[in-house]
Amino acid sequence: MSDAAAVQQHQFDDLEQQHEAAWIGMWIFIATEVMFFGGMFTGYIFYRSAYAQGFAGASNRLDVWLGAINTAVLIGSSFTMALAVHGAETNKRKLLVNGLLLTILLGSVFLGIKFFEYHHKFEEHLVPGSSFRFEGPLARPAEIFFSFYFAMTGMHALHMVIGIGMLSVLVFQARRGRYSAAYFTPVEITGLYWHFVDIVWIFLFPLLYLVGRHL
Amino acid sequence: MNGERREHYLNVNYGVRSWLLTTDHKRIAWLYLVSITFFFFVGGFFATMIRLELLTPQGDLVQSETYNKLFTMHGVTMVFFFLIPAIPAVLGNFLIPMMIGARDLAFPRLNLASWYIFIVGGLFTLAASAAGGVDTGWTFYTPYSSIYSNTHVALTVVGIFVTGFSSILTGLNFIVTIHKMRAPGLTWFRLPLFVWSHYATSVIFILGTPVLAITLVLVGLERIFGLGIFDPARGGDPVLFQHLFWFYSHPAVYIMILPAMGVVSELIAGFSRKRIFGYTFVAFASLAIAVIGFLVWGHHMFVSGQSVHAGLVFSLLSFLVAIPSAIKVFNWTATLYKGSISYDAPMLYGLGFIGVFTIGGLTGLFLATLGFDVHVHDTYFVVAHFHYIMVGGSVMAYLGGIHYWWPKMTGRIYPEIWARLAALIVFLGFNLTFFPQFVLGYLGMPRRYHIYPPEFQVLNVMSSAGASILAVGYVLPLVYLIWSLRYGAVAGKNPWGARGLEWETGSPPPTNNFDTTPRVTAGAYAYEKEPGEVYSFGKTAHV
Repeated sequence: MSDAAAVQQHQFDDLEQQHEAAWIGMWIFIATEVMFFGGMFTGYIFYRSAYAQGFAGASNRLDVWLGAINTAVLIGSSFTMALAVHGAETNKRKLLVNGLLLTILLGSVFLGIKFFEYHHKFEEHLVPGSSFRFEGPLARPAEIFFSFYFAMTGMHALHMVIGIGMLSVLVFQARRGRYSAAYFTPVEITGLYWHFVDIVWIFLFPLLYLVGRHL
Repeated sequence: MNGERREHYLNVNYGVRSWLLTTDHKRIAWLYLVSITFFFFVGGFFATMIRLELLTPQGDLVQSETYNKLFTMHGVTMVFFFLIPAIPAVLGNFLIPMMIGARDLAFPRLNLASWYIFIVGGLFTLAASAAGGVDTGWTFYTPYSSIYSNTHVALTVVGIFVTGFSSILTGLNFIVTIHKMRAPGLTWFRLPLFVWSHYATSVIFILGTPVLAITLVLVGLERIFGLGIFDPARGGDPVLFQHLFWFYSHPAVYIMILPAMGVVSELIAGFSRKRIFGYTFVAFASLAIAVIGFLVWGHHMFVSGQSVHAGLVFSLLSFLVAIPSAIKVFNWTATLYKGSISYDAPMLYGLGFIGVFTIGGLTGLFLATLGFDVHVHDTYFVVAHFHYIMVGGSVMAYLGGIHYWWPKMTGRIYPEIWARLAALIVFLGFNLTFFPQFVLGYLGMPRRYHIYPPEFQVLNVMSSAGASILAVGYVLPLVYLIWSLRYGAVAGKNPWGARGLEWETGSPPPTNNFDTTPRVTAGAYAYEKEPGEVYSFGKTAHV
């Protein structure tokens, strides 16, 4: 088992102070992430109100079922992440490792489906740029819609990739017995990050796939 | 001194490796100090070229394309690689843990990472300027930057994007440190105002910088993949870029001035031997400036076609920022009243700051006035205004702070006569450079033009002459401060007789800042008490 002296860094007086510092640090980082995505949300909402029809038309070209499946996959991954944290808290190393592995798996499934969607959009010439093709008078707004679609989901996917990288490190360390009920701060704050990335998708899904849809 | 060699953060280990892999906040401050000084003189080189070109009304030194690149590179280098990081990354890094009695920042490795991120961003931008430069202006207005400019916009934008993370991580580190790592007895309202102002600055770092980051990402994507978000020819809106850009870049001005105000509070208190008048008001004024600063971005866009109502609201909100700013100036003045003032070099910078900040702030009110702004929009009046705030304000406070804490950082004292001379030269050179630009702008000389009507030449020659005096004022400290590293008198732990935890430890401080945990029993600036009545040091040693 890891003992307290081994994980405590020199600048802190005790593990509790160290834990609280890491916890506040991650929350502040999440605040910056909210502002980061907020810039894109602002732009999206601005154009959505300017080009309501064009955005609705373009949004119909997205596959709502793939989006819905991905939403379910991500919510599932948040659940397995919570299990992993619980495993660390209660000294169940097997639950911790398996929870982390399942989270990585579900995250990868999400990215796989996302890749499939991107590929499909590429084949349909819906990627903005010179090869963009969209029939009708609403081609310009549709191109802006897809600009935001790729920028926002791409940025979200990048966050997922980073998250999976962090989780992989955790798996490696958890297997070597670094985390226990006495010390699991990295598991906890990585969990916080993972939940945040999920929540961003929870906003992206209705905004991009559902609003203004004529099913 | 007594023959026995005292171990401190500078001599605890040697070699390039020990510096480049250090996690000691004091050494990281030095890494920043050296790199930021480098960027300052790079930016200064571009400024020199600009002022040389403007000596004559014809464009006889450089072509217009080159001139556009010169002022862009000047702005980009100075804003993103000098003014924004200067005081927080150098003085903030060095002082905040010591001022609150902590051994280091909360996340030392993150702190080192911030410096590397800063350097990588800087290298991108330097590479862009070596490859031929950028001509968009430091504001990167779309659609020119996203579609039409044939210069290295993407590379520069990537550099600034990367550097932004350095700011965000520094701000995050400061906030966590100030929240969680204060010494016993050091309550919020016993903190030095320097710490308060850095707290407010960090809030802007973490809430503003990501918005700039995503805006620049969108500009980069538009250039590389041809998105149409900001291109009016494809249904996009270039004004959206301005909204997002100024949502960060106006608060960024307060990133530059709030830490400067923190430094000046320390200087004024230290050299008039008095508690800062209205301490709580000054502390809250920092937070008020940070908050209101987020609500005023629209005053950059009075002529962008936004509605008159929006213009009125932004005008009003911009006036509001003057209130906390004025609170600070009045309280510093009240502190000076009946103080026992000594005019050492740092104090000269501090007093100079109050003078130029007042001029810069008042002309800010002119510009916040809708009608007047339409008259002087994009003229040298604006150039003069923001140089008064950013160069007159930030750079003077930065120099004052460097002088004030130099004995603490190095254990050596600089030559006082030369330092006072340099402070006077900077003040005179600065005013001679930028005051004529108010007149130029009022008379109608537009910014970013390198050819101008001959009747503007006299004022431009004055400005260029002032710039050369200013340059002398900047090079002098470089020379005598380096000189003092070897030949300066040994400082002792508190050469100014100042109050503050940083003066209660050795100069230079030991790696852990304090040998034993400090305990604080009174507020900052307790000049009416002896240090022993304010701070006590326990028996337990830091490990």
